[in-house]
Amino acid sequence: MPEITDSTLVAPAATAHAAPIQPGAPAPATAPAVGVHAAAPGRPGRRRLAGRGWYRLITPVAVVLGWQLVSSAGLVPAQKLPPPTTVWHTAVSLVTTNSPAYGTLQGAMLVSLQRMAIGFAFGAVAAIALALVAGLSRLGENAVDPLLQILRTLPLFGLIPVFIVWFGIGELPKIILIALGTAIPLYLNTFAGIRSVDARLVEAGRSLRLRRSELIRHVILPGALPQALTGLRQSLGVAWLALVVAEQVNANAGIGFIISQATQFLRNDVILVALAVYAVLGLLTDALVRLLERRALAWRRGILA
Amino acid sequence: MTGPAGTVGPVGSAVAAARVRGLTRDFDGRRVLKGLDLDIAPGEFVAMLGVSGTGKSTLLRAVAGLDREVTGDIEVPGPVAVAFQEPRLLPWRRLLANVALGLRVPDAEAEALRALAEVGLTDRAGAWPLTLSGGEAQRASLARALVREPSLLLLDEPFSALDALTRIAMHRLVLRLWERHRPAVLLVTHDVDEALVLADRVLVLAGGRLAFSGPVDVPRPRDRDHPALIELRHELLRQLGVTKEGR
Repeated sequence: MPEITDSTLVAPAATAHAAPIQPGAPAPATAPAVGVHAAAPGRPGRRRLAGRGWYRLITPVAVVLGWQLVSSAGLVPAQKLPPPTTVWHTAVSLVTTNSPAYGTLQGAMLVSLQRMAIGFAFGAVAAIALALVAGLSRLGENAVDPLLQILRTLPLFGLIPVFIVWFGIGELPKIILIALGTAIPLYLNTFAGIRSVDARLVEAGRSLRLRRSELIRHVILPGALPQALTGLRQSLGVAWLALVVAEQVNANAGIGFIISQATQFLRNDVILVALAVYAVLGLLTDALVRLLERRALAWRRGILA
Repeated sequence: MTGPAGTVGPVGSAVAAARVRGLTRDFDGRRVLKGLDLDIAPGEFVAMLGVSGTGKSTLLRAVAGLDREVTGDIEVPGPVAVAFQEPRLLPWRRLLANVALGLRVPDAEAEALRALAEVGLTDRAGAWPLTLSGGEAQRASLARALVREPSLLLLDEPFSALDALTRIAMHRLVLRLWERHRPAVLLVTHDVDEALVLADRVLVLAGGRLAFSGPVDVPRPRDRDHPALIELRHELLRQLGVTKEGR
């Protein structure tokens, strides 16, 4: 029973994160154009959004109110769909009390965040290093790119059983899964970004007698940055998804552990709180990348002004 | 860094700013340059005309050392700088950093600022290139080339994308800068009047070789209606395959 509610609730959040993987991978040429709009929201757009912000809240608030009404009227059993008030109280008690079944919410959050950070860091460093090797030389491309293209086609979560056999059920398979999920979109976008740097600018750099290292630092890397950042955002989406899935496998700590405990106790209110935590963490990292983009791509504001 | 054709050294004619012998370049089996010879004296302003696709830009890129596929001898003893048709400023570096890029002198920023002052862009030193107008960007590109104090300045149709008024202002600016710094200049253009207003000598590239070379013996600033220029214009248009009767 709880699984049904569970999966229907996961679905929208999951697709929202996972959607950008597809367009980025097979057609990298179109990605930068999307990035322009996503990367640097111009002032007029932001002001318009802020002014209109309050009525964008109408439907979400209406849905929560409707949910509350349906629950209060007893149309849906509270065990299947607890009302928002219950979810809120559960969240508060999960934060304030250290229960033997769940621990504390913030403690679990830290564990999950740490997993995510370690996996993401390994994946990102590997992806950028490989993209540089493949992007900056034909030899490197021939050595690295076929392997990553093969990895890309492997269904990430289909690897879980193999990982369990290879690495057990501890932290290692979880971190590897997150690292892989991070690495592939970031590699694909950074590699495509390097290769799509304007050849005329590279030629101008050569006419200025730049050394190869200077050419890479001043022309190629900044030129690849917009698409690499698009890749970074896709990576974060996949990495969160990988975390959620990895934590379902066998976690004795973290948000995933809270969910598996709550599943056993048929506590859908706890599951909903845990899912909300995933969503908030995902939103926070996305906002962080947006901030990074706004700073790193400040030169593009000129286009929109 | 320099390609096989970009042999730089004072071999033989140390007096020339550029000496090109037997320059040949094929594109997919089609021979664009066929054993071209060219000499440019120090401080000489040379304009090269030619209809589209005759290899003007190919020649310029070869002289700049940017083409590794050419065969023949190219001797350019001194430093070379290029200003391209599009300004080709790095959009992610502010103007000052663009001009100072790759400049290997003790105080590169001060030099770059001085160069920006020369083209009237002191107050835009901190601007992002994408916020510049076409004329401003092209002036910045000139500053970036001149700050390297080249003995040979290569200009690849740098004014062709500008509006007529901006272009006239740019012509004056280029002449002023040339008179001050005295580099040899090779200007590639398809604008006969531009060549006549600016150059000491005009070349026509046709059939992969220099089909015409003639001096412009009119003191600057030049009046377009000067009889010598009118006569030369006719000759150049004829060389380029455009005659009055043809129009």
